[in-house]
Amino acid sequence: MDLKEKLLSSFIALEERVDVHSELHDVRTLALKNFEDKGFPTKKDEAWKYTSLNAILKNDFTVFPKQDNTIEFNQVRKYFLHEIDTYKVVFIDGVFNSFLSSTTHDGIDVCLMSSALNKPKYKMVIDTYFNEIASKEESLTSLNTAFAIEGAYINIPKSKVADKPIEIMYFSTGNEAALLVQPRNLIIVGENSHVQIIERHQSLTENPVLTNSVSEIFAQKRAIVDYYKIQNDNLQANLIDNTFVSQKQESHVSVNTFCFGGNLTRNNLNFYHLGERIVSTLNGITIIGEKQHVDHYTLVQHSQPNCESHQDYKGIFSDKSTGVFNGKIYVEREAQKTNAFQKSNNILLSDKATINAKPQLEIFADDVKCSHGCTIGQLDETAMFYMQSRGIPKKEAKALLMYAFSNAVIESIKIPELKQRITKIIATKLGVKMGFDL
Amino acid sequence: MLSIKNLHASIGDKEILKGINLEVKAGEIHAIMGPNGAGKSTLASIIAGNENYEVTKGEISLDGEDLRDLAPEERAHKGVFLSFQYPVEIPGVSVTNFVRAALNETRKANGQEEMPANEMLKVLREKSQLLEIDRKFLSRSLNEGFSGGEKKRNEIFQMAMLDPKLAILDETDSGLDIDALRIVANGVNKLKSDKNAIVVITHYQRLLDYIVPDFVHVLYNGKIVKSGGKELAHELEEKGYDWIKQEQEA
Repeated sequence: MDLKEKLLSSFIALEERVDVHSELHDVRTLALKNFEDKGFPTKKDEAWKYTSLNAILKNDFTVFPKQDNTIEFNQVRKYFLHEIDTYKVVFIDGVFNSFLSSTTHDGIDVCLMSSALNKPKYKMVIDTYFNEIASKEESLTSLNTAFAIEGAYINIPKSKVADKPIEIMYFSTGNEAALLVQPRNLIIVGENSHVQIIERHQSLTENPVLTNSVSEIFAQKRAIVDYYKIQNDNLQANLIDNTFVSQKQESHVSVNTFCFGGNLTRNNLNFYHLGERIVSTLNGITIIGEKQHVDHYTLVQHSQPNCESHQDYKGIFSDKSTGVFNGKIYVEREAQKTNAFQKSNNILLSDKATINAKPQLEIFADDVKCSHGCTIGQLDETAMFYMQSRGIPKKEAKALLMYAFSNAVIESIKIPELKQRITKIIATKLGVKMGFDL
Repeated sequence: MLSIKNLHASIGDKEILKGINLEVKAGEIHAIMGPNGAGKSTLASIIAGNENYEVTKGEISLDGEDLRDLAPEERAHKGVFLSFQYPVEIPGVSVTNFVRAALNETRKANGQEEMPANEMLKVLREKSQLLEIDRKFLSRSLNEGFSGGEKKRNEIFQMAMLDPKLAILDETDSGLDIDALRIVANGVNKLKSDKNAIVVITHYQRLLDYIVPDFVHVLYNGKIVKSGGKELAHELEEKGYDWIKQEQEA
């Protein structure tokens, strides 16, 4: 039985566990239908031209894993931002783990999607926001919607500043030979509110894992959301991240994606504007090697006047790794005075590494500033010579240059401890002990 | 100390240096002057080990040791320093951290321990005072957003930190106003001793009023066509390079 069939029959099993008479279940059923019609994307789909799921889909993934998996905090401490106090929503093989988590309902809600979906007091919020901006067309998002039962639920009411960052963590343990997890996150940030969120998917096993995650983020008027995705997984881990951001007027949302590994990673990142004077920031650093594959697929939909978007993606590719950057900026006729900028700078460190960069600008307004720039290059030889002539060996000089190359994006990290952590990961990735406080 | 014999070098098919001879002894200051395109910066780059140029003939040695097969960093570890005409910007790496890495790599290569933090601080303070650099400057990203003068001052600051045997200053005076020129020259003079040597590469005589050379060489069309004392620099300033050109073509 192939994975698609397995999923379709698993849906029947799901129906035994959920309330099939709820409106939510109608949403699920409709989504399943879309997935059934479209199936998994293939390279024939324009949006998946450079990324093939074929090899991964051959695994016999378990859809409903065992429920009783536990891990000791010490085993996974290093994956958390343990230097500071944070809220934590932690899942093991897709199942919420209260022992590792630190949730709250005190002024803000940081808790579970399953409670939000099932408890009557959240019904109004769920009716308003759940699956509101997630794509109804895209088959993988539909697949997630069909099986959406668990994930993080974060609701920051009006005029609140979350007093500490929130970490959303998904661990997979290898209790299953091959595991498919489909987390579903819902994040609502009220008027004038501010929150910092870190999301990470981490496999603790050599068994194959496929994560098909969907996050919906709603930023109300003047809300500020800083979102960090840390992707530093092992070579059996595959991640398809579908993130949808809806912004109201004067809100600022930044999504920073730090992509250091995994076997295959696809980031679908979509921004929609519902008001004026919105700022959207999309930053990315990708440093990969071996046969790793990373595909950034971004969309910024400018629908309103006087908004800004900034995209800055840096990539360093070695060995036989492959990267894709596909950035679409869509400026509607009404969206005058739009400022939309996009940069994708890439360095190839090996003859066998590949990057496909494709900017797509569709502009229907006539008074806008839009720019895009994709560069693909090797390391600057003059800069190498400069550092070597000061006594810094080639390998270290290379690492310093790559660090300098990704610096603009590192500088945008607003949590100092996270910045330090990312710097450390980068130093390790570059194979160099940078023996100083950068 | 530095011995260059019949040096020929080219980039691609183009021969730039066509038989250079130069002997620099410890304690000496040499100036290399010449019109644009004569090969001055090429010579500086080749001594420091820039791999873009190919040495096709001749020898370069430092204290009797052949430099030709050494990487730039190995030359640096043996005491060669090149102050760049256009220093490179390295965002995110502070001046202090860069200098510290450079210094410790050199110590490591020479079998020494890394410099202890307290000693490092002391030396940093001492050398930054020498070049009238304030502490805040040291925590800025290397050369990023520096003015022309700041970049050059920072080059000489690095020279002071690394304490090289042989320092080559490539057009260190370009882009400097008179105050910065004075500070830089003053720094260089204080670093000068009878154990090290300095090669100043410049288009103009101006810098040589402050850093007084023992010898002046005129480089033209890939060769040293004239050598003399410091008075040669004044002669060049008066007569311009056309004088040399005419003499060569005659």
